Amino acid sequence: MTTMTNTLAEIKGLSTYFHTEEGIVKAVDDVSFSIPAGRTVAVVGESGCGKSVTALSVMRLVAEPGRIEKGEIRFGDQDLLRLREGEMRGLRGNDIAMVFQEPMSSLNPVLTIGEQLIEPLMEHRLLSKKEARAESAGLITRVGIPRAEEMLKAYPHELSGGMLQRIMIAIALSCQPKLLIADEPTTALDVTVQAQILDLLNGIKAESNTAILLITHDLGVVAEMADHVVVMYAGKVIEEAPVIELFQNPRHPYTKGLLRSKPVIGRREERLYSIPGQVPQLIGLGEACAFADRCESCLPVCRERRPVITQGENGHLVACWLYEEGVSRDE
Amino acid sequence: MSANAGTVSEKNPGVRAKSAKPASPWAHAFRRLRKNRLAVTGLVFLILMGLFCTVGPLFSPYVDERVTGANFNRPPSAQNWLGTDNLGRDILTRLMLAGRISLTVGIASMLLSVLIGSVLGAVAGYYRGIVDQVIMRFADVLMTIPSLPLLIIMGAVLSDLKVPSDYRIYIVMLMLSILGWPGLARLVRSQILTLSQREFMQATEVLGLRDRRKIFVHLLPNTLPLLIVVATLSVAGAILSESVLSYLGLGVTPPTPSWGNMMDSANSLIDFQKRPWLWMPPGVAIFATVIAINLLGEGLRDALDPKMKK
Repeated sequence: MTTMTNTLAEIKGLSTYFHTEEGIVKAVDDVSFSIPAGRTVAVVGESGCGKSVTALSVMRLVAEPGRIEKGEIRFGDQDLLRLREGEMRGLRGNDIAMVFQEPMSSLNPVLTIGEQLIEPLMEHRLLSKKEARAESAGLITRVGIPRAEEMLKAYPHELSGGMLQRIMIAIALSCQPKLLIADEPTTALDVTVQAQILDLLNGIKAESNTAILLITHDLGVVAEMADHVVVMYAGKVIEEAPVIELFQNPRHPYTKGLLRSKPVIGRREERLYSIPGQVPQLIGLGEACAFADRCESCLPVCRERRPVITQGENGHLVACWLYEEGVSRDE
Repeated sequence: MSANAGTVSEKNPGVRAKSAKPASPWAHAFRRLRKNRLAVTGLVFLILMGLFCTVGPLFSPYVDERVTGANFNRPPSAQNWLGTDNLGRDILTRLMLAGRISLTVGIASMLLSVLIGSVLGAVAGYYRGIVDQVIMRFADVLMTIPSLPLLIIMGAVLSDLKVPSDYRIYIVMLMLSILGWPGLARLVRSQILTLSQREFMQATEVLGLRDRRKIFVHLLPNTLPLLIVVATLSVAGAILSESVLSYLGLGVTPPTPSWGNMMDSANSLIDFQKRPWLWMPPGVAIFATVIAINLLGEGLRDALDPKMKK
């Protein structure tokens, strides 16, 4: 990442813990990465690895009992974690926008599309209702929906999931954000619509130089969208690399497993590969590497100490003992 | 419309199924309501009753409050369709004027209690914590006091203070809504609590909207179906409470007529036994209006919120 110029946002040592009755869940534990302006950074991992919590932490919208414990989120020249709530609210929907996984439930069922589109325009850009309405028709056209005027009067239940996701994107784009957080934006959509939405997001990135933080578990989406990939496991970043480097030369056994478990067109297999075991409980994770129990190339040291993320060549970062110098390889 | 859509290339952007007219949730509900014959009957009756009370007196040759010399307690006749009362006033005219008061008291106190109840309930449900505790405990206290004795006490105090008859109407409205809002606030609060967990509320959070907007534009409209039903039914309750109070002489007091204080004549044994035209019309009016409101309310409930159907 260091070679890239013009960093838009930088997350440094972010830790978000959930204080539950059973104990402290370290949903996000000492996570660092940065988002260059106008690029797409994908955060990948399976359910419960902390990728959504990372996104919500950037927005500072982690719900109770979750709390951002420490770290720094630099956005431009300010630290988001130090802003007052009012200042943060001014950023949300304005400089940082977010698109959710479920377009069907992300819009208020009793308000028309138009009423919901004009809200951020009126709130952040201080437009009058009339100006905002005129502007919103343009936004709808921009996300590739025809008959904008009619669409403004429609209610969410009248539209399909793909259309609603376009509307959500239109709402997110309304104030020309510098950073768009997309939390599994295509998971709830069917495959053809997925491709359209991804095209739309790519088009937006190219047009308006909006950086995208893409949260996903779908490596196909990553390949299509991302410039840079962050792989998370059990609340930690375990590998980070430019997208081509990661796909060609995965280093962490977990990333390798993820890539192996993708179906490949033209290759027949009895069963798709799957990584053995399950994601560990996030409560009371010991000192061992969280992936040790599932790892095919586990070393003795893996069960004693957790590896630290270290820089390799080609901007490739990995947290694994296999790539550390002077580690005993004996079982 | 898509002429200038050249920004992002799209081949098949999906088309809305029906493009004729925006099918708002309200249109759906109205269609369902129309199918419910009892509810429509109730609605029609209420409209007629409203017209009867507001427009009716304009056609009456009898000016209210004019005490005619000799026509005391006349039974129904061609001149006085429903007879006259003990002061020689035309019962039909008085019934209409009383209806104005009773309906106004019912609707106004409903509006006031809906206003107080929904705002306080929404605020309590949205902010939770200490705000919630304060508001809801206050509501609980109001709810634990049996309403009728409280109303009677308040009415008696009003009588002692010699509040003029004209003002009493407003005070009765206020009294009824003070007793009405806690139930509504509870209902709204519970709805807001579940609604706040919905994803679209997280979306408003992400947009950086103000709390005021979140509560009044996003949350409250979602409780509207329930609110309408409860509000409708509470009009019936308010009319009944007003009647009870006025009947006891503690609500709206003469000379201002209300259905309740017209019924007052039933207190005298002779009137009760021998002159049913004095108390039957207001009694029937109260009965029929309350039934009609309840039918409409039930119909609205079925139409607006099919899930609530038993």
